[in-house]
Amino acid sequence: MLRKLLIGTALGSGLAFAAHAQDVKEVEMLHWWTSGGEAAALNVLKEDLAKQGFAWKDVPVAGGGGDAAMTALKAMVAAGNYPTASQMLGYTVLDYAAAGVMGDLTETAVKEGWDKSVPTALQKFSVYDGKWVAAPVNVHSVNWLWINKAVMDKIGGTEPKTFDDFIALLDKAKAAGVIPLALGGQNWQEATMFDSVVLSTGGPEFYKKAFNDLDEEQLKSDTMKKSFDNLAKLVTYVDPNFSGRDWNLATAMVIKGDALVQVMGDWAKGEFNAAKKTPGTDFLCYRFPGTDGSVVYNSDMFGMFDVPEDRKAAQVALATATLSKSFQSAFNVVKGSVPARTDVPDTDFDACGKKGIADLKAANEGGTLFGSLAQGYGAPPAVANAYKDVVSKFVHGQIKTSDEAVTQLVNAIEDAK
Amino acid sequence: MTTVTTQIKLTPEHGARPIASMRSRLQDALPKIVLAPSFAITIVFVYGFILWTVYLSFTNSKTFPSYALTGPRAYQRLWRWTFESDPPSSWYTSIINMGIFGFLYIFICLALGLFLAILLDQKIRGEGMLRPIYLYPMALSFIVTGVAWKWFLDPGLGLEQTLHQWGWTSFHFDWIKNKDFVIYTVVIAGVWQASGFIMAMFLAGLRGIDGEIMKAAQIDGATTFQLYRRIVIPLLRPIFLSAFIVLAHLAIKSYDLVVALTSGGPGGSAWLPSNFMYEYTFKRNEMAVGSASAVIMLMTITAIIVPYLYSELREKPR
Repeated sequence: MLRKLLIGTALGSGLAFAAHAQDVKEVEMLHWWTSGGEAAALNVLKEDLAKQGFAWKDVPVAGGGGDAAMTALKAMVAAGNYPTASQMLGYTVLDYAAAGVMGDLTETAVKEGWDKSVPTALQKFSVYDGKWVAAPVNVHSVNWLWINKAVMDKIGGTEPKTFDDFIALLDKAKAAGVIPLALGGQNWQEATMFDSVVLSTGGPEFYKKAFNDLDEEQLKSDTMKKSFDNLAKLVTYVDPNFSGRDWNLATAMVIKGDALVQVMGDWAKGEFNAAKKTPGTDFLCYRFPGTDGSVVYNSDMFGMFDVPEDRKAAQVALATATLSKSFQSAFNVVKGSVPARTDVPDTDFDACGKKGIADLKAANEGGTLFGSLAQGYGAPPAVANAYKDVVSKFVHGQIKTSDEAVTQLVNAIEDAK
Repeated sequence: MTTVTTQIKLTPEHGARPIASMRSRLQDALPKIVLAPSFAITIVFVYGFILWTVYLSFTNSKTFPSYALTGPRAYQRLWRWTFESDPPSSWYTSIINMGIFGFLYIFICLALGLFLAILLDQKIRGEGMLRPIYLYPMALSFIVTGVAWKWFLDPGLGLEQTLHQWGWTSFHFDWIKNKDFVIYTVVIAGVWQASGFIMAMFLAGLRGIDGEIMKAAQIDGATTFQLYRRIVIPLLRPIFLSAFIVLAHLAIKSYDLVVALTSGGPGGSAWLPSNFMYEYTFKRNEMAVGSASAVIMLMTITAIIVPYLYSELREKPR
């Protein structure tokens, strides 16, 4: 029995060895981009690879902002069945890298000059222990205002430059009888808005110390209390029915002109595009007042797994295609985000996209590119979720004062560390 | 019927004794053989994983399971709150919600189910049509129920909006958006779905009661109320047990209803322990805390169900 087993194993490994001679021309890709626009964007990559003769094995796991996909990935990796690559977010990449299941793309990265063109802040997540383990696909930024131009013209508003301007603008909208602020009352949306509020209230240095370094002094400082007070001010401008609303419904309120403005990441632009609206004439995109010059980002990455030798060629082709300038441009035009390398020409992008690209470049050079805590790029998921809990409880009134909110925030983050 | 066929089949082989004994031994063993795979699967995938979850709850597992025991840290984190904590912790909210939801859901379903069954049992016309109407919601999944009620209860879309359009503008019903009342909307949707099924169970029970007993009671001069209070309802006791068990397990596993109806409620105020468990294990990468909450859920269920089952089933041999 034992001998049979041994022979079997020997035969098996012999076969595997023989297979090395010929590479598997197939890319196995796990992702959750299943909705119309996202699937179309991914198709660009699929066609790029098909031209080079690589087959595309799709493993789509829809739903829940990637929760289901991550559960599926966990199962695949636990079974030793690594995909060529998987869509991943921030700290997940580092978790898997720490578990030692990620591949090494440093050779390709050096050849393609990624370390120079990919923003330094992003490299924190795509490089682990000096090795490239993931290829960033795009950069989303969250500190945007999306404004309905018709409503803006009607109330005679202008671009708000400071937080007080913004409040004045919201007051005008309120007086004109439109809902000033479209907000979806789900914890991640509230926290995403709060990211911008903190950046606006405390400035870039404060944001970095509080939300990227998790410095306790800053977290319980008066500036943080003021940020919560500002958030409370903003919440007075939402309609009473906001709780639990999905983000795209809130965007739809702005598109239809029921509401003036939404604070949301640039994926909201996809909704405007889908409704056949053009930036500048139908809607306006401004940076959140007081945050011009800084970018709070999140980014989709393709994590590259430690696949067998015969699949490495396909993986390298995938990574190279992902970070090629042509794909970065084509993909991000469709997706609404901006390229993950700063040297991609912005010719194909609309006005908001052009601003996004310029802002990203400036922020990267000026050191004001920060990970969004709400989107899981500021701290590990446990901390980010504890943060979302506190912000949401504050917005919905379980936490009543900003003093209490600050205490809760410090405790929750301490707890989750 | 079965016994007869068996006997007939056995007769021709009466002469060949060893074969017959082989066969009868096989027949004795057959139920065990058939049951063995499902028994083994249950042992591994239910009880085995219960033990595994208990083990994980004493480790410091985060994203992936880790096997080094680190003591009851996860439990200490769960039970750090007190009743005075303000704002309440998520775990506290989950447990209180479970209490409110579980009690109201089971109690209202039983009461409403029994009431409807008694009404339907009055030999009314069109019963054949009414019964499926009440029963039908049970055929829907929790997700469908949740989404439908979410729209119906949404002040901007459903009931409130409609009544405002009809002219009753002072009408106000925003429980689903209110952190203090959102859990009651879960009760409403849950009761709507399950009470018809409970009614069918009670109806079957009522039909099983011997008409002679009822007639005897009526001859003795019992009023209708007394009849139900003293005779019918006590006779329905086994149905209460089955209905209670069905409802209790529906209540405990109604994760999907909360998600579809409220997506967790404002500030997580509609969480049940199952939502807590999923959030912590899979979204927050706090597997140890998630496991600890799962263990506590199991202990709670055991503490409620076991004494109840024991007290009900012990009386059988009498």
